[in-house]
Amino acid sequence: MTLIANELTVEGRLQSASAHLQAGQVTAICGPNGAGKSSLLSVLAGLLNADSGEVLLDGLPLSSLKPELRARKLGYLPQSADVAWDVSVRNLVALGRMPHRDADAVANAGAVDRAIETLDLARLTDRPMSRLSGGEKARALLARVLAGEPEWILADEPLAALDIAHQLALIGHLRDCAGQGTGVVIVVHDLALAMNHAHRVLVLDQGRIVADGAADIALAEDMISKVWGIQARWSERGGTYALMAER
Amino acid sequence: MKHLNFILVLGVITMAAQSLMAGRVWLDFAETPNAMVILAELRLPRALLAIAVGAGLGAAGAAMQGYLRNPLADPGLFGIAPGAALGAVASFWFGYSASAYLLPIFALIGAGGAMALLALIAGRTGGIALFTLAGMMIASLAGALMSLAISFAPNAFAMSEIVTWLMGALTDRGWREVYLAAPLTAAGIACFWMARRDLDALILGEAAARSLGMRPGILQAWLIAGVGLTVGSGVAVAGIIGFVGLIVPHLVRPFTDRRPSSLLVPSALSGALLVLTADTIIRILPTVTELRLGIALSLIGAPFFLWLLLRMRRGYSGGLL
Repeated sequence: MTLIANELTVEGRLQSASAHLQAGQVTAICGPNGAGKSSLLSVLAGLLNADSGEVLLDGLPLSSLKPELRARKLGYLPQSADVAWDVSVRNLVALGRMPHRDADAVANAGAVDRAIETLDLARLTDRPMSRLSGGEKARALLARVLAGEPEWILADEPLAALDIAHQLALIGHLRDCAGQGTGVVIVVHDLALAMNHAHRVLVLDQGRIVADGAADIALAEDMISKVWGIQARWSERGGTYALMAER
Repeated sequence: MKHLNFILVLGVITMAAQSLMAGRVWLDFAETPNAMVILAELRLPRALLAIAVGAGLGAAGAAMQGYLRNPLADPGLFGIAPGAALGAVASFWFGYSASAYLLPIFALIGAGGAMALLALIAGRTGGIALFTLAGMMIASLAGALMSLAISFAPNAFAMSEIVTWLMGALTDRGWREVYLAAPLTAAGIACFWMARRDLDALILGEAAARSLGMRPGILQAWLIAGVGLTVGSGVAVAGIIGFVGLIVPHLVRPFTDRRPSSLLVPSALSGALLVLTADTIIRILPTVTELRLGIALSLIGAPFFLWLLLRMRRGYSGGLL
């Protein structure tokens, strides 16, 4: 399974961005504010049309797929955790089955149960979303994506509003998904999280992909200095990296 | 859920029976002269019309609140009702008394015009923000044109006719109006029903809903058609009846799982029950001329809505607001 960005250009946001993404790994998209990370993710998800270039999903242009088929293959988790009505966790997670509405009810319920189980939400299923903590809410929203059993998970800053323990837990879940063959692409601001947990990192700067490779190469100190304009130094202990940075 | 709908259906049936008996004359088949005629030609169509108009407004309110992800949305905001009213006002200029069909048909043309304009402006992108703005623009344009038409009314009598008609009422409506409004309302509610899954997906926001396969243009088309048919036909037969579309979804929501799809049928039933009840009450009030239904509903609706808002603010809001 491959997801290929082929010279994507979006006026003012992306310039000829190309990447061959692999399923079974966590790919992190990093870059300064305004670099075009969310735009790249939106184009990959089929939500934003590129002015030129195309996205190929398993060799087929994404724009040629019917919305429902695309939705079965690509699960998208937006940055905003805004939930309009105070539905229960189970009903929220079940929304992820919308692209499978023609499948039989037992299969749909099974997928919802598995997603709830995976993200450890079993005792919260009947609770309204407004009564969840931030971490529980993030898990419920990710469970919604998992319930659709997509081949790819595209998540826009899924870790942003979480404390460090919940960040580690959530990225652990995403790595588990990748371990089972799902392609995971996430926009990440925290470079240390990307360094420690992503298999591969794309660095975007002013709409261009300026680095693409294993985390320790794409996020090398001189690359960080150049793109973010800061002095950065990695410090490693027991295989885990911390970033020391100053202006 | 099933429970709720069942109770509401029972409520509508009970209230309909009340409404057939109640009025200036309390029907007593043994004593009232012409009881059958009053029942079949006056009260039955009036009750059915109240059900149709109320159901349409209730369902439209639920669908619009779901679409805009906003509990303050009211179907009247989006230009359809003012468009229909403008059409109706125009019919007074063309001598509405010439044919009993003239007014409702003009109102439907007005609603259709507003729908077409809404689709033309907002339909290009299918975006929700543009839809709302276009709707409000059409509403205020139609409102201004209506005021203009009233201020230039051919004579004072016609003007008072128009103004009274606009206040909304079911007085003296008959089978003709039922035949007109009931099928159109049913078709409109069917449009909302077609949109129900997409409305549920919008719980997650527009981007996530699109990623789940929701097609904005198609959803918008169902909603424009649904609001046009329900609200347009409602205004065509009964004038402007406010508050039902805004308030009914709020009354029903706490008794559902809060998904927009779960709200459609109970809102339609509650809208029917509310309009039917209000219309029955104003008929038995000892006023010299019958209180207008639109006025009565706003008189009850506005303070009630305020009370509801304050209560929700104070306690656990439950995400209602």
